[in-house]
Amino acid sequence: MGDVDVSVRLSVNGQERSDTVEPRLTLADFLRERCHLTGTHLGCEHGVCGACTVLVDGAAVRSCLMFAVQADGSEVTTVEGIASPEGELSPVQSALRECHGLQCGFCTPGFVMTITAMLRDNPHPTDDEIREGLSGNVCRCTGYQGIIRAVRLAAGTTAPATA
Amino acid sequence: MKPAPFRYHRPETVAEATGLLAELGDEAKVLAGGQSLVPMLALRLAVFEHLVDISRLPELIGVERRNGSLWIGAGTTEAAVEHHAEVATDAPLLARATPFIGHSQIRNRGTVGGSIAHADPAAEYPAVALALDAEMEATSPRGTRRIPAAEFFTGLWSTALEADEILVGTYFPVWSGRRGFAVQEFARRHGDFAIAGAAVAVELGGDDRVQRCAIGLLGLGSTPHRGSAAEQGAVGRAIQELSAEEIGRAAVADLDEVPSDLHGSADYRKKVGATMVARAWDAAVQEATGG
Repeated sequence: MGDVDVSVRLSVNGQERSDTVEPRLTLADFLRERCHLTGTHLGCEHGVCGACTVLVDGAAVRSCLMFAVQADGSEVTTVEGIASPEGELSPVQSALRECHGLQCGFCTPGFVMTITAMLRDNPHPTDDEIREGLSGNVCRCTGYQGIIRAVRLAAGTTAPATA
Repeated sequence: MKPAPFRYHRPETVAEATGLLAELGDEAKVLAGGQSLVPMLALRLAVFEHLVDISRLPELIGVERRNGSLWIGAGTTEAAVEHHAEVATDAPLLARATPFIGHSQIRNRGTVGGSIAHADPAAEYPAVALALDAEMEATSPRGTRRIPAAEFFTGLWSTALEADEILVGTYFPVWSGRRGFAVQEFARRHGDFAIAGAAVAVELGGDDRVQRCAIGLLGLGSTPHRGSAAEQGAVGRAIQELSAEEIGRAAVADLDEVPSDLHGSADYRKKVGATMVARAWDAAVQEATGG
C-alpha cells in the first residue's frame, strides 16, 4: 500500500498555507518546494547538521525530522520571517554579519533560527550556555568563534572585538 | 522525499490508536516525536506501511505525582522534562540525564516515551528507568498493564511491548531522605550517543551508611544495564569505607556483551564505564551528604 495524500494547513511566517501532500514529505521539503522558501537549507537530512532548523510554534526544531503533515495547524517561522518586512536585518542577523559569523552561509539560516530562539528564552546567556545552545548546529567555515561572538553581541553581553 | 511511502494516521484517542495498531499489525509503527524514527525512515533502515502519529494525544502528555511515583506521560517532550520543577525535585536523575540527550532542537520534539520505547542501549532515559526500577504503563485493546523496567528492555531496540500496545507513561519511584543523584557520560562530541555513561542514585541513612543505591549503565551492551554487583556490595556499608573507583570497577565487571567498534574496544568502553560510575558515585554521595 502506498501513500494516501493528506491535507495540511499551517501558517508560515504569518501567512496561511494549505496544500495536499504525501505524508512522507518533510516539513523542510514542504517549505522549500511547496512554499518556495529556500532559505531553510538541507544538509544531512537526518537530524545531525541543524541547517534546516525552523521554529514550530516557537520551538526550534529540525524540519527534516518532521513531516509536513505533523505541522498541520502549527505556526512555522523560517529564516525568511526573521528580518523586518522592509528587509532590515534582525539583531541576530546583523551580529552574525558584524562578527564574521558566517562564510559560505549554508549553515547560517539554521544558526539564525537557533540563536533567535535561544536569546528569546535566555536573553543573557553565559558562554557555556551559548556553546551548549549552538551545539546542535554544524558550521564548516567559521570555527564557531565568530558565531559565539555574534551571540554575545546580539545579547549585548560584550562588544564583538573583545573576545 | 527520502522515506519510502507510508500511510499516515492521526488518531484522536489512545483507544483509537491501539485499535489501529491491533488492526494493522506489524505493518504499522507508532510515531511520537520522530527524532529516532524519522532518521531511520530517511535512511531506509526502517520501512513501514503505516505510521500512527500519537504525538498530539493529550492523554499521553503530563507530569503527575501518583502515590510514591512520578508519572510522566509518554508523549511529554524531553524539553518539558528538562524544565519541569516537579521532575527536578521528584525524579532528579531523570532531570539531570536530559541535557545529555542530543541537542535542544531534538529535545523540543523528542519524547520520554519515545526514547524508552525505542530502547537504544546508549540512550539516557532507558538507563535511568532501569536504575530507578521504573514501571512502564502499556495499553492495548486487551487492557492496560505495568511492566517493570527489569523486564522491559529485551534487546537492541527491543522491548516487551506487543505490536498492539502503546506506552502510555512511566512511573518513576520518588526517593526521599538523604539522597543524591548524578549522571556522567563520555562522548566524542557533545550530544552524540555516549561511548559509555552511568546514572547513579544513592540514599544514605542517618548513620552515613548506604541505605540503597542504584547504578544504571548505558552504551555497554545491547540493552541498558544495572551495576547490580556493585550496588549489593555497597548497601549497608559506611560511606567513608567505600571507594568510588572500586564501585566503578565492580559495576562493569560482569558485563559480557560490551560493543566493540571504531569508537572503542569493549575493554576501553568498560574502563570508561567504570570511570563514569566512579565520578557519578562521588557526585551523588556528595549531594546526599550535603557536601
